[in-house]
Amino acid sequence: MTAAIEVEGLSVSFPGPDGRQRVLEDVGFRIAAGEVLALVGESGSGKSITALACMRLVPKPGRIDTGRVALEGRELLPLSVPEMRSVRGAGLSMIFQEPMTSLSPVVTVGDQVAEAILLHESVSKRAARERVVALFESVGIPDAAARTNAYPHQLSGGLKQRVMIAMALSTRPRVLIADEPTTALDVTIQAQILELMRDLQRETGTAILLITHDLGIVNELADRVAVMYAGKIVERAPRRALLSDPRHPYTQGLLRSIPALARPGERLEEIPGVVPAPDDWPAGCRFSTRCAIAFDRCRAEVPAERALGPDRSSACFALEPEAGS
Amino acid sequence: MLAYVIRRLLYGGAVVLGVLGVLFVLFFQVASPDDIARRALGEKARADAIEQWKVNHGYDRPLWPWQDFDDNLFFHHYATMLSFDFGRSDVDDTPIARRIREGAGPSLSLTMPMFVMSLVVTIVLGLFVAFFRETYIDTAGVFLCVLGMSISILLYIIGGQFLIGKLLRWFPISGFDGDPSVIARFIALPVLIGILSNVGSNVRFYRTVFVEETGREYVRTARAKGAGEMRVMMRHVLRNSLIPILTQVVLAIPFLFTGSLLLESFFGIPGLGSLMIDAINQNDFATMRVMVFVLSLLFIGGQIATDLSYALADPRVRLE
Amino acid sequence: MEAYVFSNLLVAALVVGGVVLARVVRRDRLWSEAMGELWRRRRGSILVVAAFVSIGLLDSVAWKGGSVVGDDLLASHEARTVVDRIFQGAKESSYSAPLASESFYGGEALADPGGHWLGTDLLGRDVLHRALKGVRVALLIGGLTSAIAIPLALLMGVGAGYFGGRFDDFVFFVMSTLASIPSLLLLIALIMALGRGTWQVCLALGITGWVGLCRVTRGETMKLRELDYVQASLALGVSHARIIVRHILPNLMHLVVITLVLLFSQLVLSEAILAYLGIGVSGSWGEMINQARNELSREPIIWWNISAAAAAMFTLLLAVNYVGDALRDVLDPRTLRETT
Repeated sequence: MTAAIEVEGLSVSFPGPDGRQRVLEDVGFRIAAGEVLALVGESGSGKSITALACMRLVPKPGRIDTGRVALEGRELLPLSVPEMRSVRGAGLSMIFQEPMTSLSPVVTVGDQVAEAILLHESVSKRAARERVVALFESVGIPDAAARTNAYPHQLSGGLKQRVMIAMALSTRPRVLIADEPTTALDVTIQAQILELMRDLQRETGTAILLITHDLGIVNELADRVAVMYAGKIVERAPRRALLSDPRHPYTQGLLRSIPALARPGERLEEIPGVVPAPDDWPAGCRFSTRCAIAFDRCRAEVPAERALGPDRSSACFALEPEAGS
Repeated sequence: MLAYVIRRLLYGGAVVLGVLGVLFVLFFQVASPDDIARRALGEKARADAIEQWKVNHGYDRPLWPWQDFDDNLFFHHYATMLSFDFGRSDVDDTPIARRIREGAGPSLSLTMPMFVMSLVVTIVLGLFVAFFRETYIDTAGVFLCVLGMSISILLYIIGGQFLIGKLLRWFPISGFDGDPSVIARFIALPVLIGILSNVGSNVRFYRTVFVEETGREYVRTARAKGAGEMRVMMRHVLRNSLIPILTQVVLAIPFLFTGSLLLESFFGIPGLGSLMIDAINQNDFATMRVMVFVLSLLFIGGQIATDLSYALADPRVRLE
Repeated sequence: MEAYVFSNLLVAALVVGGVVLARVVRRDRLWSEAMGELWRRRRGSILVVAAFVSIGLLDSVAWKGGSVVGDDLLASHEARTVVDRIFQGAKESSYSAPLASESFYGGEALADPGGHWLGTDLLGRDVLHRALKGVRVALLIGGLTSAIAIPLALLMGVGAGYFGGRFDDFVFFVMSTLASIPSLLLLIALIMALGRGTWQVCLALGITGWVGLCRVTRGETMKLRELDYVQASLALGVSHARIIVRHILPNLMHLVVITLVLLFSQLVLSEAILAYLGIGVSGSWGEMINQARNELSREPIIWWNISAAAAAMFTLLLAVNYVGDALRDVLDPRTLRETT
């Protein structure tokens, strides 16, 4: 059965002081309809660029070098610009991290959401407006009809993010990309928004690519998880398996450093060093400079992703059956 | 909102009083009535001639209120200016108010077209260059703007007159006829030159504003919705740029005054600019005082109008 | 002290000051990176500006005596600059075309045939000489006016932004009032009142020019005052003076530099307009243009006077504007402080 979205071999580069610099290397994943895949990583791992690349919104002077992105079997990268525009916001929607600045300050929120509808469907303005009110109600905005005439600055962060969700789901997309949707919100609002997303997702059957650095959110929402480090995916697993039995050293390090999982009095473990910048990536495994169990082969060769079981894979030489020293 | 309007008007009024104060200091304290009389009558004028001249022009009072509370130049200055009783020229005794009325028409026939057309042209060009940002069109456009900004308006006028008036003979070099049927011929060249001389700096400014807005996150959201570049520029960027645009429009008003000053002089148009130049050359302090006051009033009015229009343009201001 | 001695000392002081400034900049990493970036982007324009500055400096170093060509005895008793001495050629009586060997009207033989690369003007003065002397005047206008406007703007702006309250109300009112008078009119009014002359013009330009920078420094100071490390310093009991000097002023420098550079061309252009109105600084390009303005309508036209002045002014201003434009990008705080 065709996946809702399928990405393969995606690589993105930006110009740097010594020529073009890869920031994403050979990234790929599949999300089935109705499934939530969490893409986890620290800042600088390339998760946001992955999202933008799927939408073909990589900011210039960045460029998609290779790869393919298919939405329900339809290849997106070869599409012409007008064709891609008809996909954006309709088949494939995205919500962003900063609700404060993601809405135009001089247009009412109702008009902005209506714009999403009117750009893709030939309905009357009135019909679009009515749908907007219904959408606002479904995302839990109180006093929906009156709120459609509000301006963004009159709404709280949580309400604005609900508006963004309404806007993204207004055209009933097959796939929703959510880039750190709750990072800029208070903790209590975070919980509400996550719950909203879970309910909507169950109702509409939209596949979600959830981008986050917060493993707590992963636990709340994700079905499967892919972990990114320095532009590559290093481990994939279903949620429970990843959180209870991480295999890749980086994932293990991440989980060990979560305060919530530590026992009182225990020292928090940290992964020594910092994430290398794209122009500083080591030859061989990108994590080798910070890995406790790295050996020579790690520093020389880039490990490929190998299956570790049904629905699990990882890119680490230490995990390969013939693990050498 | 009403409170804001009232506050703004009151502050404008305070500024008007401040401007009158500055003018008073400049034209009566720094250059005293005796100086003015001497400049009008000649250095060797006799003391009683100077006194008589001062009486004729109303300058024979003491300057400051603390010198004579009932009859001093300070209050007199404020009273007359604020009641638009502009008196007579220091040089030839003609009523200043009449000269202003006569000069207003020709000046407006120059500045109004210049203002409107300049606004339209520079915004369109700014959008155009911003649309093509980071391409050759943009780099060339910016360079042309900087080029244009580096040329004195005098050179635009002299060059324009030379090229178009003398060489190509499309329009008359100078002269003016207020008759509506022929007026266009006479204002065409000055208006054109006036627009050209500030196209450079304005387009540069608008380009920067539009490019900055285009980098904002709500534009990314619009693109993610599937909006095309044209729609993004017209519907989102332009509307969000209204405040900087309005600000720039206000800042451009003084240049209308400057431009008209020089353009009228070079093109022989009998407007307020010519009036001022005559006043400068003849050391006609009275006329100069009144002209600066009137034009400042207009400018302040323009600023207040713009501040109030911010409220229309940006809902964040409106709903405070 | 005679004027030329003062001028020589000033040049020496400027050169020393320039060296000191260069060393200070080199030690600050962010500034030296920014300057390096500026050099990479605008090498040509920077060299042009440097050339003009050199000419201006050469024209500011003068001494009396030395050799004189012809029988111009008066010249040996005046202080003549380096630039003056290069143009030792005798004066003509009136117009002559560039590189000509005979005068423009009448065709008489010239005292220095072929020696006037850009011809001579109405009074027979070498046009290239006058154009080069205009460099110093332009730099003087820019420099002296900035020396007046910048301290004033900083004082008022930082004071208003930092201390707020009544002082801020006062400064804001003064700014509003001055800004409400169209600057050319205010300029004219000031000069009519102060009288004509170089320092009067610069003072007038300074009074009309400080408001823009003041507005910017006031706004920026208000923002800086709210920053965490400033608040922390206040909480620790650091004196206001120290905070202003150590935290606020250094973070305003980029604005000052950008304003200085971009203001320069505005000042020169304003002076040109004042020259047209007869109230400019003597020896400036504006004056040259004003005097030559009717020459284009003669038959045959006399073009070299106005072209020389126009070309000199245009070249310097274009270079300064072009550098200033790049300077604005390079000193943008968003690029000065690196973000991930």
